[in-house]
This record gives sequence, structure tokens and C-alpha cells, in this order.
Amino acid sequence: MTPEQVRWVAHLARLELSDAELATMTRQLTAIVDYVAQLQAVNTDGVEPLAHALPVHNVFRPDEPRPSLPVADALANAPDRHGDFYGVPAVLE
Amino acid sequence: MIDRTAADLLAALTRGDLTSEAVTTAFLQAIRQREPKVQAFLHVDEAGALDQARAIDTRRQGGDAVGPLGGLPIAVKDVLCVRGQPTTCGSKMLAGFRPPYDATVIVKLRRAGAVLLGKTNMDEFAMGSSTENSAFRATRNPWDLGRIPGGSSGGSAAAVAAGEAPLALGSDTGGSIRQPAALCGIAGLKPSYGRVSRYGLIAFASSLDQVGPFAADVTGLAHLLEVIAGHDPLDSTSVDRPVPAYAQTVDQPLRPLTVGVPREYFGGGLDPEVERAVRAALAEYEKLGATVKEVSLPASPHAVATYYLVATAEASSNLARYDGVQYGHRAKDVSGPIADEYGRLVAMYCRTRGEGFGREVKRRIMLGTYALSSGYKDAYYLKALKVRRLIKDDFDRAFAACDVVAGPTAPTAAFPIGEKADDPLAMYLSDIYTISANLAGICGVSIPCGFTKGGLPIGLQLQAAPFEEEKLLRAARMYERATDWHTRRAML
Repeated sequence: MTPEQVRWVAHLARLELSDAELATMTRQLTAIVDYVAQLQAVNTDGVEPLAHALPVHNVFRPDEPRPSLPVADALANAPDRHGDFYGVPAVLE
Repeated sequence: MIDRTAADLLAALTRGDLTSEAVTTAFLQAIRQREPKVQAFLHVDEAGALDQARAIDTRRQGGDAVGPLGGLPIAVKDVLCVRGQPTTCGSKMLAGFRPPYDATVIVKLRRAGAVLLGKTNMDEFAMGSSTENSAFRATRNPWDLGRIPGGSSGGSAAAVAAGEAPLALGSDTGGSIRQPAALCGIAGLKPSYGRVSRYGLIAFASSLDQVGPFAADVTGLAHLLEVIAGHDPLDSTSVDRPVPAYAQTVDQPLRPLTVGVPREYFGGGLDPEVERAVRAALAEYEKLGATVKEVSLPASPHAVATYYLVATAEASSNLARYDGVQYGHRAKDVSGPIADEYGRLVAMYCRTRGEGFGREVKRRIMLGTYALSSGYKDAYYLKALKVRRLIKDDFDRAFAACDVVAGPTAPTAAFPIGEKADDPLAMYLSDIYTISANLAGICGVSIPCGFTKGGLPIGLQLQAAPFEEEKLLRAARMYERATDWHTRRAML
């Protein structure tokens, strides 16, 4: 992988990396990607992808109102709080 | 007291020979004495544990039912939400986080009368095989304090091996219960996918994660699994089928029993001392009347590569939630080039995650993001899912011919702290025998089967078809009864 590719993937992942981290990451990801490339040699013609080991089905329940987490509890761990809302840096400035 | 097994302590509690307060006090004392060396716990709730113990004693003395684990202490991996208790997942990202609810397995433990001692150390977000990736400290192997305890549930395994808890909960995404159990000389079980609720288990890879038990012996596993297993309306992937009475049947030998031995598990990379101990264990099964025969898992050489694409892809999605908004760490200063280019909100996300996550977590998020990114998804993620099907098909064929698949749990005994810290690929290969079970959704257990000349424990892994935990435990217990490895204790 090139440092430019790694920088783009870091942006997709919303990760700020220092220049030193970027260099190490490029070297290590290249080694890992080379290793996992062994899968390309496996014949998977006609093989269905398996995303889940068990058949997973939608599970339904009646749509009835039930008590939920109190607002105060839900907000208790917020790093920044404005009343009953989470605070974040302004999107529109 | 702390050298007694969970089942033995439970029997004494039930008879009234011991109070929960006395048992809990003994383990809390062991924690105080041994933690400076072992460092298995991130948080010990001494006052809370004693309150729970006294409440159980009062109920028992009043003639009330106290539940199947009534009064028995337990340690809990810090990946599980416990209401109001610090829950960090081994990460700076969750430093200071206190969950507003209990994980379902914690609710079940409370109902069963277990006494929660505290939270154990782990690799950050359960990513690692040595517990060195914890943002807080490196846990030591009780058998050799210069070595790693395995991981990612290294704190739970070390706590049980050190006599700091008779039982513990861990989680296993690619071997994170079985590998540390093997390296610490205790028993650990990964349940079949869907056997145990994942509600309140902090997610790593949702199609692979399972919560499971640690104990000094197989009987202890049976008692704890019986309590935590079962359907949960809060986890739609938990399966609605009856939970067998594992603790009642665990002592019944299996006759006939066919043990399958995959030829692929004895290739390069397997330490000769580990191989000798595992081969001796297979000979013991023959002495016990089992048929031991070779089976083949031809796709298994590709399991590590498959796993590191599937698990990291799922992790990159799951860990997107750590954005500094609702809980956990948030970067204070968000100025700089990212803010200039993408605005302050995106800069806050990027810097929060850059500051909050450790090296291994960042590597895995990056690999997973790459494997799912436009132009690469088919070559990596989709290809891995196809090989995953081949790995599952291998097990289906094997279990048509045998009851359990046996082999080493890990290719080597515990390695020195720091040895693989800068070589992620070498670290990944220590999971080579355990990760297939998660990809295939089957259950697996590790039990002690010997020691190296240097005195380090060796683990035997048995695996069984989905929802065959009863068979798995009975097969493991047969070997355990015939040997005394599980009775050895680390000298601390």
C-alpha cells in the first residue's frame, strides 16, 4: 500500500494519524495485506458468501410503547451537554 | 479456600458450611495480596462485593432461594457493561464511562446469586492475544510473571489461575477465551454462536463474538454456562432453544466417543513440547475407550487470513460509534489541517479517534475500512466470506464423522512480554487453531493437558458442532477425571 492510500483510508475511517503513525501503518498494513492476499489463490467458484454462521432471521415483536432509558441516564456520559441535547462543534459557522 | 474449585465452594455454600461473606473475603484478600504481581483487574468493587455477599447470606439464612451460583464470587471481563461500574474495554476511549444498564449475562449472574468482584484487564476492544494492548497495564501470567497471560481475556484467565476468583467471564471472537485459558493452565469455553446473549457485550465483530466461562475445571464451566446461556429478546442473534442441565450431565462419560484429529493442526509452527502433550492427551482418550481418527479441515490454513478480513471489516463498522459525541473520550482541541479542510465537526471525530484508540485498534479499523472500501470490497471482504463458507463446510463434514475435533489450543506456551508486540502478523498467528470455530459458529473448550519443561501450561482444545456444548463438556470432563493437570496451581 502507498502512503496516499493509507491516508485516504484513514480519512474514510475518521482517524487522525501523525506522520510517524502513517509511516508505520503503511509498512504494517502492507505486510498484512500481502498475507491475506493468499485467499486469492483459493478456488471459490460457485461458493456462496457466508456472512453469518447461523441462519439469521428478522425477529418481530408487537409495536407497543414500553419504558426506555431515562433521558438523564442516557446523557450521563456525554462529554458535552446542552440541556437535553449533546453538544458538538458547530456544523454551520 | 482459594484453591478450591467453584463446584466445591458452591456445595459448601449450599450446605451452609461456608458463608458467602467468608468466601468473598478470602478472594478479596487474595486479590489484595497478588494483584501487585499479576495485575489481572482494572477495577475491584470490594465494598459492593461484600454487600452482595452479605445480602445472599441473609437470604439463605432466611430460607429463601439464592440461585444456582448463590454466594460464589466471579470476575468479569471489562468488555461487559455493568450498570454504574467503570467499563473501559481496555481503552482510553472509554475511560470514565459508566454504563446505564447491565449486560444480559450480568443480569443472569445477579439472578443466579453470583457476587461480582470487579472488572478484568483485556486487550483494547478485545483485539489482541496477549493483553499487552490494554491501554492501562500488562497483565502477567501467574505461572511466570515475565510472560503474557494470553488474550484478549487475559485478565479473567489470570485472575482464575492466580486464585483471585473461582470463576470468570470472558469473550471470544477468535480465541480470546480458549487461548488465555490454555496459556494460564485453566479451563475456558467459547459457546456456539447464539448460545449466549451479546446484549451489553461491547461489540468487536458481531458475527463472531460470544461471551463464555472460565474456571479451574470443566465442572465449573458447566455451572457457569448453564446460568449465562439462553435466548434473550434483547439480542436477535441469540437462539431460542432449551438450555441443557450441563452441570448435571458433565460427569457422564460419552460411550461411544469418536475424537477427530485434523491433520492440518500438526504442521509447521507447532511447538514440539505442545505437540507431545497433545498427542499424549489423544492417547489418553484411546485408553478411555474413545476412537481417535484423523479428519481433514483443508481450508483451515486460510482461517487466519479470512478472520482478519471478516473481523476487521465488522470492527471498522462497530467502532464507528466512538465519535466523541454520546460517551467516552472527546478531543479538546479540534483546530488544524483537517478542520480547515473538512470543518470542525469532522476534525473532532478524527482527532477524538486518533487520541482515544491504541495502535492495534487503529490498525484493525484501517484494515477493515480498506477491505470494505470501494474497489476492494469484492477482492477482500467478499472473497473472505466465500472462504468462510469453505471453513464451515469442512467442520460440517468433520462432525459427520466424529463427535469432537481435538488438537492444540495454541501453537506455543506463553511467550515473554514484549516478544511479539511490534509484529502484528506473528501475534495473529497465535490464534491459528482457535479462530475457525468463530468463523464456523461452533463451540470449543480448552483444558489443561500438561506443562513444558520450563513449567508453562499447555492446553488441549476440543471443538463440537453448534449447540453441542453438553457433549463437549462431557468429553472434556472424561479426560480431566483421568488426569491431574487441572489440580496444579501457580505458586505466587
